[in-house]
Amino acid sequence: MHVDLRPSPFDPWREVGDRQAQRDDAGKAGAAAVFVGTMRDFNEGETVRAMTLEHYPGMTEKHLGEICEEAGKRWRILDCLVLHRIGDVRIGEAIVLVAVWSAHRGDAMDACRYIIEDLKSRAPFWKKEQLAEGERWVESNTSGYSNNG
Amino acid sequence: MTITVKYFASLREKLGRDQDSIDWEDGLSVSGAWSRANDGEPMPESVMVAVNMQYVKGDVVLSDGDEVAFFPAVTGG
Repeated sequence: MHVDLRPSPFDPWREVGDRQAQRDDAGKAGAAAVFVGTMRDFNEGETVRAMTLEHYPGMTEKHLGEICEEAGKRWRILDCLVLHRIGDVRIGEAIVLVAVWSAHRGDAMDACRYIIEDLKSRAPFWKKEQLAEGERWVESNTSGYSNNG
Repeated sequence: MTITVKYFASLREKLGRDQDSIDWEDGLSVSGAWSRANDGEPMPESVMVAVNMQYVKGDVVLSDGDEVAFFPAVTGG
């Protein structure tokens, strides 16, 4: 299990590949589920130019670790990688990566979904968007479907 | 005999500061800590609260040296 906060851009696909290459469990992991969240240029009807991610140093890392531990209790997973940006983020950059390896797809996908949903509702991060005119705090996360903006 | 009180994001901006240090006393609750740090005002219902980096509810009683954090709904990911 590995959790990390990144103050600069990262390539999520390279991170997944590097993590997989580091492990010595060839033949054990039959499934990998990956979620990548990326910075959009729109939100709630407004064009967004950039974003700043504030977090609670110490609690954020601790909470992300606890989410992964809880996922490991609920599903049979082999490894878990969670990376999240902090600070200034630009359009198109990865904000978050959740990758879960397991023997079987059900455990991998369910655990991946669980981790990202808990992260979005309970991990102490806050987004501040820079708009064409002014800036605003994002007040809540969407449900995750297109009809909610 | 002190409690560290932290504020984040829009709440920090609204209050104009990121931290307070208040006196601890036996029986002081999380919501009591908010009031003590904010001129007697009641703790807003919408805030999330953590003590020593664990989520708690407002009626939790504090111990000397605790760190209490108040913040708005989280929006990461």
